[in-house]
Amino acid sequence: MAPHILTALDHHLAPEAQRWLTDAVARVGDDPAAVRTVFPAVGRHCGRGPLAAGWTVADAARARLLAALPLRGAALAEEITALHRYGDSAEQRAVLRSLALLEDSDASFADLGLPLVRAALWGNDTDLIEAALGPYAARHLDEDAYRHAVLKCVFCGIPLDRVAGLTERADRELARMLADFAHERVAAGRDVPSDVWPVVRAHPGALEASGLPGEVTSSSSDRRAAAVAALAAFTGAA
Amino acid sequence: MRIFDPHIHMTSRTTDDYEAMYAAGVRAVVEPSFWLGQPRTSVDSFTDYFDALLGWEPYRAAQFGIQHRCTIALNPKEANDPRCAGVLDVLPRYLAKDGVVAVGEIGYDSMTPAEDEALARQLELAVQHGLPVLVHTPHRDKAVGTRRTLDVVRESGIPPEHVLVDHLNELTVSMVADSGCWMGFSVYPHTKMSEDRMVRILQEHGTGRKLVNSAADWGRSDPLKTRKTADAMLAAGFDADTVDQVMWGNPVAFYGQSGRLDLADVKPDETALFEGNSIKRGGE
Repeated sequence: MAPHILTALDHHLAPEAQRWLTDAVARVGDDPAAVRTVFPAVGRHCGRGPLAAGWTVADAARARLLAALPLRGAALAEEITALHRYGDSAEQRAVLRSLALLEDSDASFADLGLPLVRAALWGNDTDLIEAALGPYAARHLDEDAYRHAVLKCVFCGIPLDRVAGLTERADRELARMLADFAHERVAAGRDVPSDVWPVVRAHPGALEASGLPGEVTSSSSDRRAAAVAALAAFTGAA
Repeated sequence: MRIFDPHIHMTSRTTDDYEAMYAAGVRAVVEPSFWLGQPRTSVDSFTDYFDALLGWEPYRAAQFGIQHRCTIALNPKEANDPRCAGVLDVLPRYLAKDGVVAVGEIGYDSMTPAEDEALARQLELAVQHGLPVLVHTPHRDKAVGTRRTLDVVRESGIPPEHVLVDHLNELTVSMVADSGCWMGFSVYPHTKMSEDRMVRILQEHGTGRKLVNSAADWGRSDPLKTRKTADAMLAAGFDADTVDQVMWGNPVAFYGQSGRLDLADVKPDETALFEGNSIKRGGE
């Protein structure tokens, strides 16, 4: 969690909510099992509205509770996995957003939170998919899983600038997948989301290999129109 | 007319029911966790059920303009199965959820030692979590079962105003009235209580601390019994304010003691999704 989220949380919370959270953090520090009943209650005590950088107030308050757990490694993973299992979607997204923070303060946590990221990527909840694809996923997902996660975002309409590590991890194979996706859209006479182009552009030849440019001579007018629009977007003319 | 059905098992009902309930004036419901007509054999089936009461079912209700809250518990019937006893250990996680407005249904089915243990532990959990409780009374040997329930409630130390004793009839209403607990009546098509008997009880015992529910579930039951009872009250000469007290004010006051009953109007939103899924079918 970036320090500005913590600062924003402190500025945001009313005194009563601040007192509740301070007390809850102390209880969790004394007895880790206390997190099982304070974690679900965060929304009604601290609020659920947006805070900053895609985090809600409840996300940030929950991250603070997790950071207060006096557990490490496998024991920490076990506790947060159960919070995720019994959590509603707001609780689950807070667990996912907290993974990088947990690893930052406990290296032995390592990739033990990865099954939770994978579970979010199997699902259809775009909020959870986005929360899962933070710096922790960028560090730990293998190449294949990372590429498929990016493709899933494109399918679900999650803007790719929300996906951590894309600039560093986008490779030729991902460019191929996105170019093929763009071709599929064009062949259906549909628009292509503009955020696929930077990755495709960075790997010369990927677009040509997809067969998309050939669509400009299609016998179907909507395919031709879609192809012209896609090529203009690719070259940066649109 | 606005109606709050304080006890209805919507998981077992159809979208047609939701539509008809909305048209009849139902704007809020509480779904108590109970058994499903067939025994569950593991703790995990309970937690999946609890998750649905907190997730999918409120989503479904909201699609029809109805607010859905729930009560969570290990029901008395299944408390007798040792494979399900572990449910008591996961309850604290669920009792902390926003959508949970009471512990329930708890109480007696056959009055066994396992039911005693489950009832006592869950009354204790209700006190710890500051939640009211919904107490089921047995269908067989009802008067004895209700008296014993009231004894256990008294010994637990929970304030009587935090307790709703349900499925009452002409023979059990007075003892619950004297205890200080709230009184629930399930109006069914064939058994338990009818609209006319319900009206007579309200005439004789007054409307204070009385809640009327349909208890509609997977059995023969009618989710519109609340509205039909309200109509019978009006026909018998109760004024609109008194009907509103029984059908809305009393359930709001009882479950409101949880501190979690925030009933903002819900507007049906066909574009809303639950975990990426919707109630629509192909072609819509």
